[in-house]
Amino acid sequence: MKKILILFAHPKLEKSRANLALINHIKDKENVTIHDLYNEYPDFHIDVLREQKLLEQHDIIIWHHPFYWYSCPPLMKQWIDMVLEFNWAYGPEGKALHNKTCLNAITTGGSKEVYCSAGYNSFTVEQFLRPFEQTANLCGMTYFPPFAVMGTHNLSDEKLHDYKVNYGKLIDLLQAELTMNDFEKMSFINDIPQLKSS
Amino acid sequence: MTGSLLFEAIVFLAGAIICVSIAKRLGLSSVIGYLLAGVLIGPYVLGFIGEEGDDILHFAEFGVVMMLFLIGLEIEPKNFWNMRKTILGMGGIQVGGTMLLSYLLFYFLGYDWQVALVISMAVALSSTAIAMQTIKEKGLMDTTFGTSAFSILLFQDIIVIFMIGAMPLLSNSNVESHSDNHSESLSLIDSLPLGFQTLAIILSVVIVIALGRFVIVPMLRKVAKTGVRELLIAAAFLIVFGISLIMELVGLSPALGAFLGGVVLSSSEFKHELESTLEPFKNLLLGLFFMAVGASINFIVIAKSPLTIGGVLIAIIVLKAVVLYITGRVFKLKLDQKLLLTFSLAQVGEFAFVLLSFAFGLNILEQEQMDMLLVITALSMALTPIISIINERFILPKVGTKESIQRPMDHIAKSQKIILVGFGHFGSTVGRFLRSHGVEATVLDQDSNRVDFLRKMGFEVYYGDATRLDLLESAGIADAKIVIIATNKVKVSKAISKIVEEKYPHVELMIRTKNRYDAYELLNLGRENIYRESLDTSLSLASDVLHKLGFRKYTLNRQVKNFIKYDETSLRRLAKEPKREEDYIFKARKELQEQEELLEADFKRGIVDFDNHWDSEHIRKALEKSSDL
Repeated sequence: MKKILILFAHPKLEKSRANLALINHIKDKENVTIHDLYNEYPDFHIDVLREQKLLEQHDIIIWHHPFYWYSCPPLMKQWIDMVLEFNWAYGPEGKALHNKTCLNAITTGGSKEVYCSAGYNSFTVEQFLRPFEQTANLCGMTYFPPFAVMGTHNLSDEKLHDYKVNYGKLIDLLQAELTMNDFEKMSFINDIPQLKSS
Repeated sequence: MTGSLLFEAIVFLAGAIICVSIAKRLGLSSVIGYLLAGVLIGPYVLGFIGEEGDDILHFAEFGVVMMLFLIGLEIEPKNFWNMRKTILGMGGIQVGGTMLLSYLLFYFLGYDWQVALVISMAVALSSTAIAMQTIKEKGLMDTTFGTSAFSILLFQDIIVIFMIGAMPLLSNSNVESHSDNHSESLSLIDSLPLGFQTLAIILSVVIVIALGRFVIVPMLRKVAKTGVRELLIAAAFLIVFGISLIMELVGLSPALGAFLGGVVLSSSEFKHELESTLEPFKNLLLGLFFMAVGASINFIVIAKSPLTIGGVLIAIIVLKAVVLYITGRVFKLKLDQKLLLTFSLAQVGEFAFVLLSFAFGLNILEQEQMDMLLVITALSMALTPIISIINERFILPKVGTKESIQRPMDHIAKSQKIILVGFGHFGSTVGRFLRSHGVEATVLDQDSNRVDFLRKMGFEVYYGDATRLDLLESAGIADAKIVIIATNKVKVSKAISKIVEEKYPHVELMIRTKNRYDAYELLNLGRENIYRESLDTSLSLASDVLHKLGFRKYTLNRQVKNFIKYDETSLRRLAKEPKREEDYIFKARKELQEQEELLEADFKRGIVDFDNHWDSEHIRKALEKSSDL
């Protein structure tokens, strides 16, 4: 069974209905470590060695965060800046993350429809996430399409329930080995048949 | 007129209030005030108090007993054990040396060898009451001088037992005693052979320790359970009186017993309760004790032979001072600490009253000798605070300056950018952190032993009073960028602040304060960079509590910062409000009232909800509203 590290960044989780639902649903799963960055480093003083050790102990890394201003909250960016060091994560000697898998799990206020060239956000989520994708690439990780909970501003309780159940299922599937071939050209990991069927 | 108890009480209290407040206003120790009050109301000036002065003295000795009990409470058994070398070493040298020299002095003055020996014993002992009271009042208990003085006094308390024990051996026992009152004031064990006496003494010490452990603590727990506050006061008195009685029965000093009892109870949960309960009584009783000493100065005896008394008095004080100075030297005290020790313990103490009247009872001393010695004892006690003042005002400042001038010149030339005043717990943390960034602050501190140690650690340290312009100047204030004032004494902070503002306005001041009220005073002097030690730490504790209750750390982190900002604003607002006079009572009431205002403002502020930009609920509601329209 693969080990999953969820790097979770939300400055105010206690006020986030969607993220509370997602996190609470998966928090007791076996071989899943939820690493709540804003609780671990409230003063942004990240312990780099500890984070690197944590990464080494896991196979799959999920950047789980709300999608603020088309990106992640600042502490997660801080985490990327500090932890993914030259010659550790990248560079000629940097092979620590090679062959690990990586993806984003995000929540957005706006619905899927507004994230396209015709919508008021002009670009797709996939496009907005390019920096993350390239970060993973540079570190030699396989980057999977994102898991996205969209339109949280007017999400019904039933819909949210489906999302959280799917998040749990996705975790199980990832642990039981999904490969890039499973996605073909999907924009969202949500769209794989195993999750659609439910 | 002197008969009524009520009248006497009024005389004593009024005397104390008037004289002590005058002494304090003049910047003198309260001990001088009390002594002066005693002289004034005594039989030779106003004559309010007559013969009963001696009884009052005896009663007031409980103040000394209580003081030792309280000192014992502050010393945990482990620390007591650690001090054993100082106690035996310093005490031994001081008592032995003083006895030897004064024995020779009196022997060559023509006294019998027994009389000379008795006098030398009495002279060797110093006044715990005066010395400890002064040390406590000046907050010097933690300095090398404080512990040295304390060790010597403790040794004297122990050795006095043997002195009393040895005294009967000195009497020409064929003569019946002058009076038989010593037999009742003294112990049960007089009749026992010497070996059993020792045994009884050891046994009684064991009893006190056992009582503390197995009787007193359980009793206090029961008392505490009743929740009746005055019962605790009663219990505290019961403990002190009880121990005193046991000690008197076996002929030990009650003060020593009380000290032991205090040490035993120092590790119990009632330590602070007992301390706060007994403290005011102790101070009043000690005051009474000092007044009684003042009242007992017999001016008729002085008038009869002023020159002899003056001569002997000076001889004794000089002799004691020399021995103390040597003791300090043997134990390698710094010059200023040595001087403090020398002058604060050079008097003949209250034990002399006990020893001398006992020797008189045993026929060793004659009436005339005894009167003279009692007067000398009282006078030497009365002189102590005056000598100390001379030392502090005229001798110590010179010593301090000398020490800093003796530093090699390059130390002074190499002026640093930062000056740090006070290297206690607060200042040392500041200094260490600066140093870890390669910023070496020039340190000013008043404990010469600490100064020495810090110099060994490579710090630039100047010894002395940082409110003196010349010291600040030799520390290089002219080139300094910042002066950090890390002392918790607001008086010192204000004094330095005024000097710097006047002479070196370009230097920035960063000031630690104890609390809001000290902060007000500094704000009103126009100081801006004020760091309240009671702000950040307490909020960090409170925030950790909330985290344990389930609040998220990042939210708390921001809330703490927010609260500090809010509190700083309210501090600056409240500082501007006109303050009443500095009278203690008004100040205390004002502080309470202000606490109330603060809490009220907190309440109005409510449970603060902010950072709405991360709150999706907030956005959702706003969206709903706009779609409703």
